[in-house]
Amino acid sequence: MKIHEYQAKALLAQYGIPVPKGKVASTPAEARKIATEIGGTVVIKAQVYAGGRGKAGGIKTVNSPEEAEKAASQLIGTRLVTHQTGPEGAPVSKVLVEEASDVARELYLSILVDGTSHLPVMMSSEAGGMEIEEVAQSAPEKIFRSAIDPAIGFQPFQGRKLAYGTNLDGGQVGEATRLMTNLYKLFIDKDCSLAEINPLVVTADKKLLALDAKLNFDDNALYRHKDIQELQDKEQEEPLEIQARDWGINNYVKMDGDIGCMVNGAGLAMAVNDLIQYCGGRAANFLDIGTLNNTERVVNSFKMFIADPRIKAVLVNIFGGMARVDVIAQGIVEAYQQMNIPFPVVIRLAGTNLEEGQRILAESGISFIQAKDFYDVANKVVKAAKGVTK
Amino acid sequence: MSILVDENTKLLVQGITGNEGSFHTQRCIEYGTKVVAGVTPGKGGSQHLGVPVFNTVENAMAETGANASLLFVPPAFAADGILETIDAGMSLIVCITEGIPVLDMVKVHRYLKGKPTRLIGPNCPGVMSPGKCKAGIMVGEIHLPGSVGVISRSGTLTYDVVSQLTSLGIGQSTCVGIGGDALPGSTFVNILELFEADQDTKAVVLIGEIGGTMEQEAAEFISHKMTKPVVAFIAGSTAPPGKRMGHAGAIITGSAGKASEKIKALSQAGAIIAPNPAEVGLTTKKVLENL
Repeated sequence: MKIHEYQAKALLAQYGIPVPKGKVASTPAEARKIATEIGGTVVIKAQVYAGGRGKAGGIKTVNSPEEAEKAASQLIGTRLVTHQTGPEGAPVSKVLVEEASDVARELYLSILVDGTSHLPVMMSSEAGGMEIEEVAQSAPEKIFRSAIDPAIGFQPFQGRKLAYGTNLDGGQVGEATRLMTNLYKLFIDKDCSLAEINPLVVTADKKLLALDAKLNFDDNALYRHKDIQELQDKEQEEPLEIQARDWGINNYVKMDGDIGCMVNGAGLAMAVNDLIQYCGGRAANFLDIGTLNNTERVVNSFKMFIADPRIKAVLVNIFGGMARVDVIAQGIVEAYQQMNIPFPVVIRLAGTNLEEGQRILAESGISFIQAKDFYDVANKVVKAAKGVTK
Repeated sequence: MSILVDENTKLLVQGITGNEGSFHTQRCIEYGTKVVAGVTPGKGGSQHLGVPVFNTVENAMAETGANASLLFVPPAFAADGILETIDAGMSLIVCITEGIPVLDMVKVHRYLKGKPTRLIGPNCPGVMSPGKCKAGIMVGEIHLPGSVGVISRSGTLTYDVVSQLTSLGIGQSTCVGIGGDALPGSTFVNILELFEADQDTKAVVLIGEIGGTMEQEAAEFISHKMTKPVVAFIAGSTAPPGKRMGHAGAIITGSAGKASEKIKALSQAGAIIAPNPAEVGLTTKKVLENL
């Protein structure tokens, strides 16, 4: 789960990590008021989940409350298109109004769990302000890493290694180590999957300040962090994905094609989308229906396809294991009874209770295209999607 | 022969009295797996599905000689169940549970260091040695005893691949689902090592997917240590970056996580890449014919 920059900074501040003075505004008038309170030069930052805001015009430096109001009015209510959003952009409903900082140096600091060592790893770099993957490509010697043993936690020697690695001078190393210790504590306490301060700046008066911050959280651990769950901004999510979750379909991702897919299992669902492309088509979504004991999620999947105007044909590929094929078949029949299905549906069933599932489909009299195997279902749905004129 | 589980496996089921635990324990028993014990705290002393239930793993092992554990404990308690079983000295733990917090798994991995326990999963379909032992939730009937090892991060995609193999008359020595999480207990490399050492495994099918670098590490192993042919398919060529594709570990966060990078690494290491997921069986058949 992602949160906004202003929320991430509030959490950092709670953990004693210095952040610029600022407040979030939902209207231009509020932005003006906050700018008046802060005084002097302020920065107006669009609050969206995507990165790359600066280059996209989502961050504006202004010199008066009037300009702050104007800048906020140019951002609030618009959609910001960055290299990380699609062409449709992300909606801006809030801006962060912050005092401008006098930046001497830009550093990088982050923690994530490393899949190879199975440990949280803290990374620092003096190449702050750019994406760390670019630094890893262009100047890997500028990245310093230290793996943290969860049994003893973050240790001062690790802070020294990471701080000296960014060429902080002696007086700042102690402060940096305290900041890192606090960031690790936040990472563990809140089950973060990523805690990134980029840039971590050294100001002209040699203070450290988190100028931008990104916190992502482990979805599997949200059950023990109600406070974090409440921070989620549904407006920032893809509407079809929100709709799917509301209908009990947790594993739905919007893709850019025109073939609706309903599959059980994440690996199989990914492979189906790959196979559709191999056959010359494009999937409109990834949908892992999971394991189910009732027909509701099958019916809701069809509701999703109907709600998506791009759909020209639908593929159903089920390999029953935990999920029973007869339950899926029953769900498909119910979907046809409840709604008018305006597109061709290609179905391939295999696995647990296959005969019963096939019997249910055959006896229902619904119109669908049967496929005999994995390749067949993808090939037929691609042809069906091309044959339909809407 | 086979790896990890066989006719000598005496299985303990953690969470045996729950819905999923009950359903799948029954299926394992029907397949012929020797299920010797169950563990559900608070239900010790009772019987479930004809299997004695214990309060602790330690007791269950002492009383029954269980040498492998299959775990269905809900996600909030699963890591604790794994830790208990490592502490009891179990040699193999197969964790089916999906949704365990990553930081819980960090603790589990730290505790595993230096211990004799091997962990498979979590978030996996389990381990199957056809005709000998089913320690998992996979469909038993689609398997056929034979000499191809299967390793996969996926569940149902593996069923499809296994049924492709079986329909071509190609049997399997053991099928191992290592799971779809970001921090699996065992990696492709760990299982490739076992298949390389297993006399009755002639070739290996590896089903990877986007996210992480496990496939690249497998490629490294294949190019230097593996003498047996490896057929590979990587799911997620069409997956968009930054989106979690169902599995917690299936998310492209850097260029290494892309399917194309993994396919390139495996191909350069000498693995034979199946052109699409529906032709993994046929690709394997050709490889076996050339042995």
